[in-house]
Amino acid sequence: MRVVVDYDLCESNAICMQIAPDIFEVRDDDFLYVLNETPGEDRRAAVEEAVQRCPKQAISIADD
Amino acid sequence: MRESITIVGASLAGIRGAEALRRDGFDRPITLIGDERHEPYDRPPLSKQVLAGEKDPADIALLSPDRLEALDLDLRLGVRATRLDLAARRLHLDNGDEHGFDGLMVATGARPRTLPGTETMAGVFTLRTVDDALSLRAALDARPARVAVVGAGFIGAEVAATARRRGLDVTMIDPLPTPMGRVLGDEIGGVCAAVHREQGVDLRLGVGVDALRGGAGVQAVELSDGQVVEADVVVVGIGVIPNTAWLEGSGLTLDDGVVCDETCLAAPGVTAAGDVARWPNRRFGELMRVEHWDNAVEQGAVAARRLLDDDAEPFTPVPWFWSDQYDRKIQLAGRPWLQGRQRVITGSHEDRRFATIFERDGRIVGVFGMNRPRHVMQYRGLIAADATWDEALAFAEEQG
Repeated sequence: MRVVVDYDLCESNAICMQIAPDIFEVRDDDFLYVLNETPGEDRRAAVEEAVQRCPKQAISIADD
Repeated sequence: MRESITIVGASLAGIRGAEALRRDGFDRPITLIGDERHEPYDRPPLSKQVLAGEKDPADIALLSPDRLEALDLDLRLGVRATRLDLAARRLHLDNGDEHGFDGLMVATGARPRTLPGTETMAGVFTLRTVDDALSLRAALDARPARVAVVGAGFIGAEVAATARRRGLDVTMIDPLPTPMGRVLGDEIGGVCAAVHREQGVDLRLGVGVDALRGGAGVQAVELSDGQVVEADVVVVGIGVIPNTAWLEGSGLTLDDGVVCDETCLAAPGVTAAGDVARWPNRRFGELMRVEHWDNAVEQGAVAARRLLDDDAEPFTPVPWFWSDQYDRKIQLAGRPWLQGRQRVITGSHEDRRFATIFERDGRIVGVFGMNRPRHVMQYRGLIAADATWDEALAFAEEQG
């Protein structure tokens, strides 16, 4: 599983950071950083939740 | 397992409910009924990018055609449910059809309040649907000399911000002493007021609207203090009314929304979600109706799943919303308690970049941020974890 963020869409609402702080971090510069682009399968549910809850639909999962 | 599930309301809560059911493997018929003729779309961009002319209706679909297709819905758009017969488990529709259901989720949302007597006056707008947004956009495209916004809540504030960005003269009017002061308190409300004024909005606070002046088309807004604000376009953003008229007499409890239990159940096999749903949120000990995007996403899924699960947990979210105005991102999580303690935990009002936390009964119950998304989410997490006020302050100390 690979976490893909469309930074043209991302507005740093930080919802993803609350759901999966081990994977997403919005820093003091207000930009989103992906801490782990290839989390294990045990984190799939959390990433899917982040995909669902992102107000900008900026996150997707690539299975490649 | 239910034979079929019917969702009335084809906006965010309804779509996310249908998606949750399919993700969980529910492979029986799902009917989605919506009164707008458009395919399901996302509303937050309406007052911002759509109104600014940066996005068109095609850009704000909730689902791509492929994903919509994959949900395998019986999608009935441009059709309004007019009556619910709970005993017979049937819906009556405005095209004359009747529709039998097994499980039912009500997600009919809300409609804007209007100023009585102005509904047919040209130049007067509310903003809820994509059609509303396109009408208002066309009016702004005509470069009106003056735009008046009635109501400084987040819809009004976003419209004012977009109209200013388009270089239009904007007057915004609100009966409260500060924008959103009832929720945020007048100190933070005062910062919001200052932002609008710095961006050139003529802000009239603490005054009501007596009437709109004009014949076929609006010409001015008459204020309660006797002043008259000339305007060619008036946008009314004074709150919404949940769409429950079609449920009168159905046996569901209606009181500022469809009243549900802690699990979003309104009657056996009937749930409600989104702007129309009112339920006791145990975390805050109050009956809540939440008009925010994030709640529609979460409650849509929860209420749909509830139809298949009799052991569901109570729904106890920490409500959260964001509003983009000019270059400021405003976010609020939880329920600020204005009688309790408050602390600015980062930044300052002067910088227009800060976050404030709110206390009630020794717990952190709310967090407000202006251009501080990281902090809002961190403290939202503390609220969700039922942290004490002292723990929240210790966390703030630790973060520096």
